[in-house]
Amino acid sequence: MSVRRTLAMVRKELRHIRRDARSLLMALALPMFLMLLFGYALNLDVDRIPTLVYDADQSPESRSLVQKFQGSRFFEIEGFVDNYSAIERGIDRGDILMALAIPRDYSRRIRAGEPVAAQILLDGSDSNTASIALGYAQSIVQDYSVTLRSEGADRRFGIKLQQAVDARTRVWYNSTLQSKNYVVPGLIAVILTIIAALLTSLTIAREWEMGTMEQLMSTPVRPSEIVLGKMLAFFFIGVADTVLSVLVGVFVFDVPFSGSVWVLALTSTVFLTGALFWGILLSAVAKSQLMAFQMGIISSFLPAFMLSGFIYAVENMPPAIQAITRLIPTRFFVTILKGIFLKGVGLEVLWTDLLYLAGFSIVVFLLATRRLRQKLA
Amino acid sequence: MTPPNDNASAMEARGLVKRFGQFVAVDHVSFEIRKGEIFGFLGPNGAGKSTVIRMLCGLLTPSAGSATVAGFDVSKDPEKVRSRIGYMSQKFSLYDDLTVEENIQFFSGIYGVGKEIREERRDYVLQMAGLADRRGTTTGQLSGGWKQRLALGCAIIHEPPVLFLDEPTSGVDPIARRAFWELIYQLSEAGRTIFVSTHYMDEAEYCHRLALMYRGRIIATGVPEDLRKQLRNHPLLRLETSDALESMRVLEGQPRILHAAVFGGGLQLTVSDAAAAAGDIRRTLDANRIAVDSLNPVEPSMEDVFVALIQAEEEKEG
Repeated sequence: MSVRRTLAMVRKELRHIRRDARSLLMALALPMFLMLLFGYALNLDVDRIPTLVYDADQSPESRSLVQKFQGSRFFEIEGFVDNYSAIERGIDRGDILMALAIPRDYSRRIRAGEPVAAQILLDGSDSNTASIALGYAQSIVQDYSVTLRSEGADRRFGIKLQQAVDARTRVWYNSTLQSKNYVVPGLIAVILTIIAALLTSLTIAREWEMGTMEQLMSTPVRPSEIVLGKMLAFFFIGVADTVLSVLVGVFVFDVPFSGSVWVLALTSTVFLTGALFWGILLSAVAKSQLMAFQMGIISSFLPAFMLSGFIYAVENMPPAIQAITRLIPTRFFVTILKGIFLKGVGLEVLWTDLLYLAGFSIVVFLLATRRLRQKLA
Repeated sequence: MTPPNDNASAMEARGLVKRFGQFVAVDHVSFEIRKGEIFGFLGPNGAGKSTVIRMLCGLLTPSAGSATVAGFDVSKDPEKVRSRIGYMSQKFSLYDDLTVEENIQFFSGIYGVGKEIREERRDYVLQMAGLADRRGTTTGQLSGGWKQRLALGCAIIHEPPVLFLDEPTSGVDPIARRAFWELIYQLSEAGRTIFVSTHYMDEAEYCHRLALMYRGRIIATGVPEDLRKQLRNHPLLRLETSDALESMRVLEGQPRILHAAVFGGGLQLTVSDAAAAAGDIRRTLDANRIAVDSLNPVEPSMEDVFVALIQAEEEKEG
């Protein structure tokens, strides 16, 4: 392989990139746009659940239960009604997800020390959100009833009731359990996968369409030099996109960055190399720029989104699907980025993932080179 | 124009065959080209000219047969061949978004032109193509003739001993074509071997030696003069009459008239015996009350030679 020929390729590609200002702008703006779009849209947190209250009792006891809901960040009281049909309408229209109905004899039964029930009505069409909302609601109600009972016991018998078991949970790494901290690092990996494939997917297909590839093939330049030269030129854009995405993650979404910048630089370099080679491979396989572009979108976006563990944890997938995820480099980069961002771990933990990414890059490079050589005959 | 007196072989093809599935694009093509020769490769579109060139450049692998270019076998040593040839394809294939100078710089880089002579070569190419004061122009903005000369310049930046030009003048105006051939002569005089394909028959006259390709096979080779001699037994007559189309209708099918074609305002007739045919023609036209303005023998052009050769080939095949 000749360094001089490879550098001639790099310089030529950089000139193409510079001349095509619109594509360059797209290449830098698109990741930002996707980061903001998905970063805000992919909010998996269930909070501020729109809730209606039907308080039939209107007693101090019922009001203090409502206050418990009002005080919680998980619920947003949208209004008060005085019949069930209003609740039904609200749920049907999708204005509210939950309603709290307090029966007329609520305070009387509490004072009499009898068992008492408040009714929670949920829109179950989004079962995940509904069950999370139910969990929050139950814990508020239970909490409140424990307080009431212990107050009652205190009043009547002068003793303090203790809760049998008091489980105190402590969450590591994403201690506030905010889903953005979990989503954003993975999102960076997914976006870089897509951008890298799109950046390079047009490059060889364009040369075939223009007829310049045939010219190149008649010169001493080798397929490996073409592939490497093109990758290196687009690598600069890839690095810029990585830096921008990380900055958006840290400064716009406030995701804590607890790891080492150097580990991030090393791993993302290796990852970008492979992802860019992937686009070049598609470009060498496809007959036209259009086809290369479509193949680039589908082959990068779908697996990166579904099978990388970015949102859906790989550990929860059936074993066969889990095996498939091992073919997807984004999966390893998602693990690496989550590790660096949230856990602050270094290469002592991430080296296997890094090794895999390096292997992927080499294999795809060889495939692309071979494919170009085959196209000649 | 006579070929240089150097008998060293620059290129040799031995029984080259290229099949694409069932289709035989090139069918046992053999030839030898001497150093410094301008070898014209002629034939209609689709005859297989480009396929031969691409095999010689190592862009296509021959299905059978072999070829040596600049001393190396194209199948066994394609890389050595590639560094010793320049190739200019049918389609303009420089980068439109790069400037003239950047294109030169790029090809200089991938051909591995040495640092010490790089500037000298660049200046030579700029001067040769007449683009010295347009070095900063975006290539896409150049007109056809300039582009073509720049493409030639990029193909010879590394001073290759052998140059392949695949229909280099298609889509270029006549003046630019003439200027282009001037350049080809200069290169030939400098000792370069030039293999040029074309379907412009008048360009055949510029070549030292010719091969006519038809349906994948070479049906004739030789210096232009020899090929013209092959037509001696098929003289050409030029006929001007009061009604060219009517003349053609009444003359066609006559025994001594092999072929009639409208040419300018009159007819061009390929005949078997000039004197006897002329008598036949005058009698026939007289009988049909068509006035003969002139009837003269003409020297066949290369185009006539090739039309006759191809017709003979088609008759052979039936």
